[in-house]
Parts: sequence; structure tokens; C-alpha cells
Amino acid sequence: MRHAAWIVENLWLIPALPMMAAGISALLKKSQRGLSTALAIGSMGIALVLALMAFAEALAHPVLQIENFSWMQFADQWVKLGWVLDPLAAVMLVMVTFVGLLIFIYSLGYMAHDDNRERFFCFLSLFAGAMLGVVIANSLLLLFMCWEVVGLTSYLLIGFWFHRPAAAAAAKKAFITTRVGDLGLLIGMVWLYAQTGTLLFYNYGSGCLEQRAVAAMAAHATVAGMAVSTAIGLLIFCGAVGKSGQVPLHVWLPDAMEGPTPVSALIHAATMVAAGVYLVARVYPLMTASALEVVTWVGAITAIFAACIAVAQNDIKRILAYSTVSQLGYMMLGLGVGGVAVGMFHLITHAFFKALLFLGAGSVIHGCTEEQDIRNMGGLRRFMPVTFVAYTCGMLALCGFPLFSGFWSKDAILHAAHGWGVSRGPFYLGAIGALLTAFYMTRQMYYVFFGPQRVTDASVGAASVAAHSVPAELIEPVVAARAGEVCIIADPHESPSVMTRPLAILAVFAVLLGFVGTPAWPWFQNFLAGQPARLDWGGFSEPGLLSLMAVSSLIVFAGLGLGWWFYGRRPMVRATDPDALGRLAPKVFHALAERLYVDEIYGVTVIALARFCAGFAAWLDRWIFGGAVRLVSWIVTGVGWLDLGVDKFVVNGGFDEGCRELSRGGRLLSHLQNGRVQNYLRVIAGALVVLAVLLLWGHRG
Amino acid sequence: MGMTVSFLILAIMTLAGGVAAMTLRRLVHCALALAVAFAGLAALYLNLGAEFAGLAQLLVYVGAVAILIVFAILLTPARPGDEAEKVFSPAGPAGAVLALAVFAVLAGAVMTSSAARQAAGGAVPQTTMREIGFALMQRYVLPLEVVALMLTAAMIGAVILAMRERRAVPGSTVGQSPELRA
Amino acid sequence: MTPLAGCLLVSALLFSVGLAGALTRRNAILVLAGIELMLNAANLNFIAFWRFGPHPEYLTGLMFVIFSIAVAAAEAAVGLALILAIYRHARTSDVSEMTEMKG
Repeated sequence: MRHAAWIVENLWLIPALPMMAAGISALLKKSQRGLSTALAIGSMGIALVLALMAFAEALAHPVLQIENFSWMQFADQWVKLGWVLDPLAAVMLVMVTFVGLLIFIYSLGYMAHDDNRERFFCFLSLFAGAMLGVVIANSLLLLFMCWEVVGLTSYLLIGFWFHRPAAAAAAKKAFITTRVGDLGLLIGMVWLYAQTGTLLFYNYGSGCLEQRAVAAMAAHATVAGMAVSTAIGLLIFCGAVGKSGQVPLHVWLPDAMEGPTPVSALIHAATMVAAGVYLVARVYPLMTASALEVVTWVGAITAIFAACIAVAQNDIKRILAYSTVSQLGYMMLGLGVGGVAVGMFHLITHAFFKALLFLGAGSVIHGCTEEQDIRNMGGLRRFMPVTFVAYTCGMLALCGFPLFSGFWSKDAILHAAHGWGVSRGPFYLGAIGALLTAFYMTRQMYYVFFGPQRVTDASVGAASVAAHSVPAELIEPVVAARAGEVCIIADPHESPSVMTRPLAILAVFAVLLGFVGTPAWPWFQNFLAGQPARLDWGGFSEPGLLSLMAVSSLIVFAGLGLGWWFYGRRPMVRATDPDALGRLAPKVFHALAERLYVDEIYGVTVIALARFCAGFAAWLDRWIFGGAVRLVSWIVTGVGWLDLGVDKFVVNGGFDEGCRELSRGGRLLSHLQNGRVQNYLRVIAGALVVLAVLLLWGHRG
Repeated sequence: MGMTVSFLILAIMTLAGGVAAMTLRRLVHCALALAVAFAGLAALYLNLGAEFAGLAQLLVYVGAVAILIVFAILLTPARPGDEAEKVFSPAGPAGAVLALAVFAVLAGAVMTSSAARQAAGGAVPQTTMREIGFALMQRYVLPLEVVALMLTAAMIGAVILAMRERRAVPGSTVGQSPELRA
Repeated sequence: MTPLAGCLLVSALLFSVGLAGALTRRNAILVLAGIELMLNAANLNFIAFWRFGPHPEYLTGLMFVIFSIAVAAAEAAVGLALILAIYRHARTSDVSEMTEMKG
């Protein structure tokens, strides 16, 4: 075994630096608050450098390198933690630090007017540190700890503007929903430890993901005839379901858009939600074919479900949120049918273009003075050209337009799904999902960037006053007289360069990143597998691949065309105009707009149950336990009173009575000593009589 | 028989005198009745053949003690207007009852004892003065001397006790007779 | 009833009368008188036993009575002197008022 490289030994610095930055900025005094932004960005920059070094190391030696240490002792066993550097981790490290750094820089501009931006950057750094910890963890325990911190920081960041009730409620919802998934993860973790005796993934042969342990677990059978490794894998997958917003635990992700846009970009597009996918990829050796079946189906259902709902949403960020859910479903689908490389490739490309889309949406919102409803936007490409171009790149990448990054990654997934031995179902679901993806993104584009500017007096007034406290006298009702020529009050403007530069960089990546994973040069896939890759045009000649690529391109064009048909030909004029699709199928559209009533179902079932249990527990606490406590206190008080009574009447009274009797007796006896001689004489006479009687006749009886 | 009748009469006289001494209201009457009782007792002694005792009784008791008591009564008159009415002390009946009880016991003891039943008594013993003298000087010489001593002490003591005090300190009236305290 | 019993009864009766008087009369002098009566009753008792007893030639009872009479006389003198002294101090010879020995 060769001596580990410096970077492997010090891999822990990568998550530690942002965490330290967060810790320091939490302790800063008010006057030094400006330091927190510098600390955050600086630590992230250094982390990026270190991640690139790690990446170089992984390039040079694409094998698993681990560094374990003993952490805590339980009785006679040591709990060991550690970190791992393998190609998978290296790729994630670079992605997280790079995208994170770009978003940090973007936040400088976005949160410039916010009074609490220091707190924001502190939380951001903490999140980044924890996410990086999840990436490099070699122990399921360490991963879980960082996982929980990621969940915590997500809660803190979603609820950043906590005085808004919607934001506070969304943060709570996110935390609780992911908690439900984390419960499965915890149970799986405990079971894994019980089965294998270790939580280290790799430990020179004795780790829980290594050959020996996995084989042992696969051989054991447990509940419902599943192998133990299947059961554990599914439980761990529960955690991924929660964190990555798969159906049925996806409900928190759209509501999480209450947080600031950089938060949405970083956490809910690029990194945190990807943590679930990364987890499944990490424990992939544990997942048996039956577990992967479940993963596949869950992913496929999620993909189509979310895509359907996204078609009818009107909030710019909510569309992107449902799109994220859908794409996460694709990633799970990819993991299930094609393996780690397929899923991870889409994860990496998705991180870039989804972050791009979110930052672009943030730019749009910022430019429209906090307006988020797409029905109130329109024609913005004239006012925000840079944003428009970047957004277009991201949108095309997301749709899977040929030669953009999303095309290659999504195609890899569809190809693997097509070739899946178990069923063709996921493939068809994925294909329909791709169609819908193209459709709703086109819809969004037309609503936001094309057509006339749409405003209603109510919407502008409300949005402006609420967000920017525009003086009321400036609000005038607006008449949208002729198409294309409207005067509005709050004129949209391009965002400052500190916000547009990251957009541009991300756009470049959104376009070009896909080329590292094409079938001709499957560098990415081979890198993950630890093999060198060669440029080989013959890769295209794999049977069915070209035809599949053609089919998927057709699907994308069809979706784009449908979108143009509905929304591009006759753009919306007024914000209150009904949606084009909505006019066609109003009932279906309304159901989709209401998010298929999932939240309402939860409210009636799970939440009602929880409320009932809480009420029951409260009743129990107040009447049974509280009653018991009260009863005890009454008994004690009663005993106290009894004691008082006994003390007062029996003890004191008895004593007093005794003394009184004594004095009475004394008083009585004192009559004998009244100083009267004749009395004494009488007593003597009496005594004489008694004595005489006793002596004379005493012993006769 | 003759003794019995005379004995009875003398006994009754003695007892009557004793009862009268104890119950009469006026003190001088009591003292006189007491003298009668003493005399009766002397007669009883004579009846029983104890001449010396009888005569000694007359001399001492009737001649000295009774007179002493009369003197004492005369020297201690009750204050005028003082409780001259009350004769018996409070809780007097208790004393009477006790006395009755004592009598009952004594009488019971007497009547039930065997010794009282037996003795019929022989002849009257003839005791001469000579025998008494001898007894006094031989057998009972010690008590005689002691009694002499005691009588002397009693005499001195009585004199001192009853003596009138001179005025020791001007203005102080301790121990003085009522006549000096003006 | 033997003569002895008769004498003893008389003596007992006299004793009781003297005791009753000593216990009931107010005047201190009469209390002393009662005590004298009691002594006399005892004397009578002695004489009776001497007369009717087993050995009258020993003169025991007679001697006792003689000495008793002497002692009684001395005692009466001293007692009366005491009563006179008390009378001078307390101005009364009422026994029930002399409670200085109380308690």
C-alpha cells in the first residue's frame, strides 16, 4: 500500500474550512459583520482549490483511497470514522465547490440589500461544509451526521425570512418531511451496524460495502423473503427519498422556494437534493437487483408526476422546483437501470443547468422587483438580454436539446432504461416525461421572456408595495391598450454584473459539460469506474443507440413545438387571461395547478393523525399524568394536613393535657398541705384506722 | 357486781365529762367538764386498785393541768366580734367520722381479741407504796431521772415561751404582748 | 363481757371522744384538751391491763401510767405556753386560721 498523498490525508480540510468560516462568522460582533461574506467566499475558494487538487489526485490514481481514524469508544469497541477519495467523491467535490462558489458570488449581489446577509452567509458556509462532509464520508455514521447538518441548514435557509409565516411553515415542512425519510435511513444504518459490525464503507476488506460484508448480507433472508442487503438498501433509500424529493415525500420541495433564490439554486437544485442520489450511488454495492427495481420505479413515477404538475404552475420558481423533482426522479431512474455512472452523470449536468436556471430566475425576479408570477411578466428579453441568453441555454440543456449537456445525460438514462430487462415501463414514463419537460419549459419561456409586458394594477401595486415599499402615489392603473406597447411603472432592468457573471459561466458549462460523457468519449463513465477512456467514434455504433438518440431528439422537438403551438403563437396579453392549455382541458389543468391535491391528502391523513395523536398526548399529559401528579400532590398535602392535625391535637394536645392533669393533680394534692394542723391530724387518724385494720385483720383473709 | 355498777357509773361520768368537754360552746365550761372527766378517771383508777395512779391523777391532772387550761383560756380571749359563732372547724364532720372509725376499729379489736375474753381477773392486787418506791428506785430509776430532767426542761421552756418580751428596739413590736403594743 | 373488755371499751370510747374533739374543735386549747383526753384513755388502758393482766406484781402498767402522767403534765405546760405565744403573735387561738405552714 503506497503512502497516501497529502491531499488524501488532508481531505478533511475541504468540509472543515467552510464550517470554520461559518463558526467564526457566527461569533463575530456586529461591527465586523462584513467579514462573514469574505470568510464564506474565501473558504469556499480554498475548498475549490483543494477539491481540484483532489480531483487531480483521483485522475492520477483512480482508485479508492481512504483515511480512517478512531473516534469514540463504546465499551470495548471503537467507532471509526473516515473519509474516502475515489473518482465519485472527487467529481462531487469539484461540482459542489465550484457551483457553490459561483452561487456565493451571486448571493453577494442578490442579498446586497438584505440586513441579515451576514447570517445568510454563515448558514451558506455551514451548509457547504456539511454537504462536502457528506461527499467525502467513508462512514455511514459520519455521512448521517453531515446529512443531518445539511437538513438543519436547509431549514435555516428556507426559513431565512422567518417573519414571513409562509417561509417559516415551509422550513418546518421541509425539515419534518425529510425527517420522515431520515427515519428509514437511521433504521437502515442501525441494522447495517448490527449485521456487519462496522459502519465504515471501506476498511481494507472489512468495511460494510466491501465484498465480504455484502455477500454475507445478500445471503441472509429476512422479512418478506428479502435479502438483508435489499432491506437495508431500501431503508437507506428512504433517506434518499426524503432528501431528494421523490414521491411521496416531494411535498417540501416546491414550498421550499420561499427561501431566497440563491438558496433554491444551491440547495434545491445543485447540491442538497443531489445528496440523496449521491447516497444511493455511494451505497450502490449494497443494492441488490430487487432494491434497484424499487428505486427505478420510484424514480420513474416521480419523474412523470412532477412533470405533469409543473405544466400548470404559475410561479417561476415553483415550475423549476417541480422540474427539479422530476429530474431527480430521472437520476434515481438512471441509478436503478444503468448504474452509478448513468445517474451521476445526469446529476452533474443537472447541477449546472438547474443552478443556472434558478439564478436566472432570481435575476428575473430581482429585475422585476420581486415579482414571481409568470402571468405578470412578459417580454423581458428586451430588458434583460444576458439573463435571457443564459436562461435559454439552461432551458435547452434541461429539455435535452441535442448536443447540450442535458441531452447526453438524459439520453444515457433513456438508453439504459430501454435496455432494462425487467420492464419497459420506466422507459415510456421517462420518454413522456421528457416531452412534458420540453413543453412546460417552453411555456415558461414564452410567458416570461416573450410577448407583451403584462401587468394588472392589482398585481403591480401589490407586488411593488409589498416588496419594495414603492410610494403609493406612484401606482397608477395601467391600461394595456395595444399589444406590444405598454407603460409600466416598475421597469425591469438587467441585474448587476456580480449576478450575471456567474450566470454566464454556468451557461458555458451547461452547454459544454455534456461532452465529457458522450458515447464516443465516455470519459465520465470510465473515470467513475476507474478506467482510462479513449475517444472512440465507434461508441455511437452500439446497437439501438443512434435510433434512440433520434427518438429522444424527436420527443424534445415535439415538446418544443407543442409549447410554441399553445403559447408562442398567440402570446398572453393580459395577466388575467386564462391559460391556453387551461382553456382546452380546464378540469385537468385545474387539478394539475392544485398540485394534484397531494398536500391536501397529507393534511387529511397524516397531519390529521399527527394532530390527533398530539391532542391525545396532550390529554394524556394533562389528565392522566398530570392527574397522577396532582393526585400525588394531594396525597402529600393530605398527609401534611394529617400530620399537622396529629401534631397539633394528639401530640401537642396530649402533652398539654398531661401537663394540665399534672398541675391539677398537684393542685389537688396541695390541699393536703394547707397548713391546717387539724387536717394533718385527721390524716393521721385515718392512716391509723387503716393501719390498725390491716394489722389486726389483714392476714386473716 | 358491785364493781360493775360503780364502774359503770364512773365510766358514764367520765365519758359524759369528756363529751361535754369536747362539745360545749363556751371554753370555760369545756375546761370544767374536762376536770370532771379527769376526776372520774381518777375514781376509775381507784376502783381498779391503782391507788397511787388515781391520786397522782387527781393531783396532777385535776390540780394542775385543768387549772392550766383554764388559765390559758382566760389569757387568750377571742377578739370581740370575731368568729365567736363557729365552734367547729371546717371539715369538722370528717373528723367525727374518723373518730368513729377509730372507735370502731378499737372496739372491734377489743371484742374480738382472745385476751379480752379470758381475763376474769384475780383479786385486786395489793400494792404498797413501798413496792412502788422500790420499783422507782431500782427498776425504773433511769426513766425517773429522765422524767426529772424533762420536767425541768419543760418548766424552763414554758416560762420562756410565755414570757413577755421587753422592747428590744425602739419602735419594733416583735414578740411583745398586746398590752405593750399601743 | 369481762371487766377487762369493759374497761377497754371505755378507754376506746374516751379515746375516740378525745380524738373527735381534737379533730373538730376550732380552739387550739381544746385541741390540746382532746389530746389530754386521749392520753388519759391510754392510761386507763394500761391500768386495766395491769389489773386484769397476767402479772400485776410487776407493776408495769402502774409505772407506765405514773410516768405518762408526768410527761403529760409537762407537755400540757409547754403546749399551752406555745399557744399563748402564738396568741400574742396572731391575736387568735383559732386553729383553722393558722396556715403559715401551708404548702
